[in-house]
Amino acid sequence: MRLLNRSANRMAGRLSRHRRGPLAGLVVLLLGLLLSGGLYTAFAPAQADTSASDEELVQQGRELFLVNCSFCHGQNGEGVRTADGNQLGPSLVGVGAAAVDFQVGTGRMPMAQPGAQAPRKPVSFSDEETAAMAAFVASLGPGPAIPDQSDYSLQGMSEDERQEAIARGGQIFLTNCTACHNFTGSGGAMPRGGYAPRILDVEGRYVYEAMLTGPQSMPTFSNGNLSPEEKRDVIAYLESLREDPAYGGFGMGGLGPVAEGMYAWLAGLGLLVGFAVWIAAHTTRSTKEKTES
Amino acid sequence: MTSPRGDNLPERQPAAGELEPAEPVADPGLPAHTWRPTDVDPKAERRAERQVATLFGLSAVCTVLFVVSYFTLEIGEVTTTIGGLGASTLALGLSLGGALLLIGIGIIQWARKLMADHEIVEMRHPARSSDEDREAALADLSTGLEESGIARRPLVRNSLLGAVGVLSLPVPLVLLRDLGPLPKDALYSTIWERGMLVVRDVVGTPIRPSDMQIGDLINAEPAAIFETDEEGEPLVEGVDLQVAKSKGAVILVRMEPDEITPGEGRDDWSVDGIVCYSKICTHVGCPISLYERTTHHVLCPCHQSTFDLADSARVVFGPAARPLPQLPLMVDAEGYLVAQRDFTEPVGPSFWERG
Repeated sequence: MRLLNRSANRMAGRLSRHRRGPLAGLVVLLLGLLLSGGLYTAFAPAQADTSASDEELVQQGRELFLVNCSFCHGQNGEGVRTADGNQLGPSLVGVGAAAVDFQVGTGRMPMAQPGAQAPRKPVSFSDEETAAMAAFVASLGPGPAIPDQSDYSLQGMSEDERQEAIARGGQIFLTNCTACHNFTGSGGAMPRGGYAPRILDVEGRYVYEAMLTGPQSMPTFSNGNLSPEEKRDVIAYLESLREDPAYGGFGMGGLGPVAEGMYAWLAGLGLLVGFAVWIAAHTTRSTKEKTES
Repeated sequence: MTSPRGDNLPERQPAAGELEPAEPVADPGLPAHTWRPTDVDPKAERRAERQVATLFGLSAVCTVLFVVSYFTLEIGEVTTTIGGLGASTLALGLSLGGALLLIGIGIIQWARKLMADHEIVEMRHPARSSDEDREAALADLSTGLEESGIARRPLVRNSLLGAVGVLSLPVPLVLLRDLGPLPKDALYSTIWERGMLVVRDVVGTPIRPSDMQIGDLINAEPAAIFETDEEGEPLVEGVDLQVAKSKGAVILVRMEPDEITPGEGRDDWSVDGIVCYSKICTHVGCPISLYERTTHHVLCPCHQSTFDLADSARVVFGPAARPLPQLPLMVDAEGYLVAQRDFTEPVGPSFWERG
């Protein structure tokens, strides 16, 4: 006991000696954060227990919508027109949960400013908040639901079936998607300052939702247009493109003949001109005279 | 300064016929020759020698690497990849390119630093040959004509001329024939006809109006190019298939019916807001399907011609001179979309006879 006491005293003494040290404040802060975080996780109710009922979710989504979206899309998602007749935000009646999951889940909405393009940017909402807003918008009118993972994954397929799906998906991709998104999926320019984004690295779920809902000026590829299996095949093809090795090394962004031609002209010809200049240039000259032997 | 002229410069020897104008100012001659460091400094010379030898040596190393990568890296279906790159392609290209480039750089370095440093001047001469040469050439020619006897033997000469003449007449005719036959009226019509199903491209499935939602775009083809006989052999194949496919390609889009401004006499050409237009640009024939759902504009990627599909595919921008031909649609007894008839005008770019 005495031994314990003594060692405790010694430790307290050692601690108090450091209490004005440069790192003491930081250590206390970290300990406090750890303690409060630990207590919160210990006492807070588990997530599964608090899953809001549908009605609560819609209500929660409505509140988020009113704060974040209604300025452009109207308080009931009916869309807003400016005084000169331009569309500020389109009506969201009937766009479905898939559209919200795509637009908010990829950070396109809320837009930073109105313009020709809604670019992908860091996501502003948590998954739960996105789901709540999706539930609210889905309650405005019937529209496509968020696809299930089984809709766009090739799991449970044999290797042969997988290869077949990829080949079919490639044909569908080349017919329907390459016009705007380029044959390597690198995207391309569109009228009035817009562009079709690069889709090579986009998650399967968002590719599926984009086809289903037609974000911004993209035409829709509803299930009556391209069947769910055909959509899945397109996603399988995009994934196979991602896995393909770059045989030639530098792919130059896969942007097609214009970009490649520019590289050939600037880099290729530039290199050749550089060599020509070096070959024809005068060599260094010395001021010394030659001493003939 | 005494000019060291002559030490390394060519002797000036006026050739026959060279112009020698009277010079009012004395010719100062060429400036003194200055030497390269490698000419005057044995150390620099040895260094340059080592540089060139190193370049050649590196080239040999590259060749060895080339052979090694040829035998070690997998080619074909299963390839070796390093960092997501095709290792074989990249290694072979870089090593062989390096081997050739280093030999080239070595030779140039050798020539610039070590090979003799003479300055050589070639004086200009008149282009005309000397009189003796001209006479000799003419004499040779007349001797040849005399010896061949072309003037003395008209039979040989005329039969040769005849043979060449006979050869030159029919051969171009036969070759030109293969450029034909002329297309006749093939440019004015496509494979579309009344009642032909409009089917999805690639998969070949027919389309019901209810399959399409507002904003949908379908790349479609005439059903004829997917049809097969009893044995599963395609009815149209080869060149005919490619021609039918390229001329018959269409895009189907669905929009709100009240957004469509139907052209004159085209009131019944759409079905529930579904319109069908040729996919071939009327400028130079690129296939177009860059469709903007919100504006109903379709844009050609080649030269930015833009057509308004809500208004009979009117040209709103770009070099195209005509709107896209519209395919009149109707619904058949089974509820599928079919053509009412072929296009009413030729598809694709303008041609001479069309004016």
